[in-house]
Amino acid sequence: MPNADPFPSTYVAFPSRTTVIRNVNVLTAAGPMIRNGAILLRNGKIAAVGATVDAPADALVIDGAGKYVTPGIIDDHSHLGVYAAPGGNALSDGNEATSPSTPQVWAEHSVWPQDPQFPRNLAGGVTTLQVLPGSANLIGGRSVVLKVVPGRTVQEMKFPGAKYGLKMACGENPKRVYGQRGGPQTRMGNVAGYRAAWIRAVEYRRKWDKWNADHKGDPPARDLGNETLAEVLRGNILVHTHCYRADEMAQMIDISHEFGYKIRSFHHGVEAYKIGDLLAKEGIGASIWADWGSFKMEALDAVKANMALVDHDGARVIVHSDDPSGSQRLNQEAAKAMEAGAEIGLPVSEDQAIKWLTINPAWALGLDDKIGSLEAGKNADVVLWTGDPFSVYSKPEKVWIDGALLYDRTDPSEQWRTDFELGFVPFNRN
Amino acid sequence: MISYKLNSRFAAALALAAVLAMPAAAQTIAITGGKVYPVSGPPIENGTVIITNGKISAVGANVPIPAGAQRIDATGKTVTPGFVDASTQLGVQEVAAVNDTRDMSARGKDNIAASFTVWEGLNPNSVLLAPARKEGITSFVIVPTGGLVSGQAALVDVVPGTTTDMIIRAPVAMVAEIGDPLSVGLGSRGELIVKLRELLEDTKFFQTHRNAFDRAQTRPFSASRLDLEAMIPVVEGKLPLLVSVDRASDIDAAMRLAREYNIKLMISSGAEGWMIADKLAAARIPVLTGAMNNIPAGFAALGQRQENAGLLRKAGVQVALIGNAGGGDEEAFNVRNLKQEAGNAVSYGMTWDDALRAVTLAPAELFGAADRVGSLRPGLEGNVVVWSGDPFEFTTRAEHVFVRGREYTEKTRQDLLIERYRNLPGTHNSPVP
Repeated sequence: MPNADPFPSTYVAFPSRTTVIRNVNVLTAAGPMIRNGAILLRNGKIAAVGATVDAPADALVIDGAGKYVTPGIIDDHSHLGVYAAPGGNALSDGNEATSPSTPQVWAEHSVWPQDPQFPRNLAGGVTTLQVLPGSANLIGGRSVVLKVVPGRTVQEMKFPGAKYGLKMACGENPKRVYGQRGGPQTRMGNVAGYRAAWIRAVEYRRKWDKWNADHKGDPPARDLGNETLAEVLRGNILVHTHCYRADEMAQMIDISHEFGYKIRSFHHGVEAYKIGDLLAKEGIGASIWADWGSFKMEALDAVKANMALVDHDGARVIVHSDDPSGSQRLNQEAAKAMEAGAEIGLPVSEDQAIKWLTINPAWALGLDDKIGSLEAGKNADVVLWTGDPFSVYSKPEKVWIDGALLYDRTDPSEQWRTDFELGFVPFNRN
Repeated sequence: MISYKLNSRFAAALALAAVLAMPAAAQTIAITGGKVYPVSGPPIENGTVIITNGKISAVGANVPIPAGAQRIDATGKTVTPGFVDASTQLGVQEVAAVNDTRDMSARGKDNIAASFTVWEGLNPNSVLLAPARKEGITSFVIVPTGGLVSGQAALVDVVPGTTTDMIIRAPVAMVAEIGDPLSVGLGSRGELIVKLRELLEDTKFFQTHRNAFDRAQTRPFSASRLDLEAMIPVVEGKLPLLVSVDRASDIDAAMRLAREYNIKLMISSGAEGWMIADKLAAARIPVLTGAMNNIPAGFAALGQRQENAGLLRKAGVQVALIGNAGGGDEEAFNVRNLKQEAGNAVSYGMTWDDALRAVTLAPAELFGAADRVGSLRPGLEGNVVVWSGDPFEFTTRAEHVFVRGREYTEKTRQDLLIERYRNLPGTHNSPVP
């Protein structure tokens, strides 16, 4: 069996100190908000959450009067590092648009840890990112889950133990990119392309599973792309499918049934509200925007109440960005969607909306046992907000990852600057 | 709000017909009891705004209500002028990825398209207009894009009818883009300035040698006759030159050129404007920018930061906000996020009053339309919004939107889609009757 983890995480949590935030409103994503509550961070974990917590003698105590704490925000659709700023061809590393099916590529091999967008994301309260290949290809390659921390190498940013994701894309993008160079040229060509790839993957997996069982003769020849797809079929890699239209999502679901894999989440599903029941039944997440739409035909039916409608149908709503700017304000995106729900008589509570930003994307990444809610034992990925996070006037004041304070708006010395920014970017963020 | 079911094509057609039918404008409207922000003056607690025959006729604390007026009780609510987006492609772009719905750019001659009047392509039936108006945008400036000289901009109201009906003022500016020489086939920033200089020189020469030109007795010009004609108001200092540019040194270059030719300059985008804010203020050059972008997205925008708008204002620069929420292809659809841009501007250092001004009176003044829109004063168009609370906050709704004295409550395309899918028979969405 080939090495399943040839680029292992070398992440080490940053130094932390025992910290108590008290007199603060706690949105836990695991139950009702605790008003004027408290949270204890110790040894990188959340040690206690409640109306009060016992503050150890050595604890740094922060008064959170008028402020809120939430779990760290998780963006399950990012291209940070693979489309790094300041952009241009030299840093355009997100689409291996040389063939419509490239399961052999891994996003982490494109990530530039010095992308100045990373610290801006952290300042927006984002503590975990899924970095995906782009959507030019039917099968775009492996994603990677990163902690939003300074690192000299991508391995130092990789979330230990996180499963890989597989990026797939349907609709306009693949047929636009390949329409004039060998295809697919149509949506039916897209579907034929997915199925052909899965047919090969099923065969590859069968050969390897057999050899792994009996070790008879030489091992089958390795193929990087099929290795990834076989891991999807074994349930070890989670599928993230870029798909806007309801009818196409239904077709992608049928393809997953045909070959026996699960789709974890549909990304950009602007028409998710048309099939909320189907998504709920299949247990597939909807990673969506609050209000993007109309920029192409498949995005035409976007409605701002999408999140509220899908949530109402019982499917998992995930506020995603696909955008380095929007990713910094996912709280504001959720707030717009909440208001759109209220307008049509589907009010969304803050207790529910915080899940869209934290525990639901944590689930999409298979990490909901480690992050995404403020519960004792979970990683201390925590954001202290200057006020209600669903207000336009609130910002993250402090951000902790694994209990380490990695961003402090009030202290420029606690604001990470990438190598690139030194000298080039003429100010300290605050 | 869901009052009827849409479960047949016939019903959908009826609904569409209902949308297209125009409500008659009430003659007189009295908005009472709200906190009124005229913007041109201090806020008025428990104020009244009277709209008569489409125009604002009175604003104040003790204004008599005309007999027979339609009353809107705004107690506990906020009343402002309709918002004005200072730069958008709304109405000239329906679906960004569908080329035949894009009418914001001209090919021009050699990247000069000064004679291009972008409003000729305006689609008053764009389905993106109603969502913008529903969220309190009652006017916007359509700005052409692309090339070196992109064309002429217009300020319009979000009203039904024809382009002529919509226009408040046109042209309001000549638009140029000088930050990216390679995109216009030039070799460097300096050459781009040379090219602009040549155009300005030719315009001035053309202006005084028209007869010779008509007799074909002039040297060849760098631009077509109509482009030169269109540039004359610019060199006369009558029509502002709105230059889209980000790098501080490029802004400075535009300022030098403007000084040399007596051009009325305005900057748009202006990512690094804060770095030379005092110079912009001294030269009284306004900036159209956002407050939701901090990505150093190119070597010309390394200093991009969310504090830009606030820092410029603090230095005394007139600032108008652009509502594209950080940019992106969905700009026309999301011009409705202008209020979010304003809220973020406040969050990053602008005063609340200045932010309100930056989405109302400031753009109206900059584009020479303050006598028509942008504030609540007698004689101005009846563009008024009653908000349920702080207009910049997410929980606030634009409860009443008046444009030229008519309230708009029509359903947007999005409303129709939601109604359809919430009431789809035989699904989870509603119980089968």
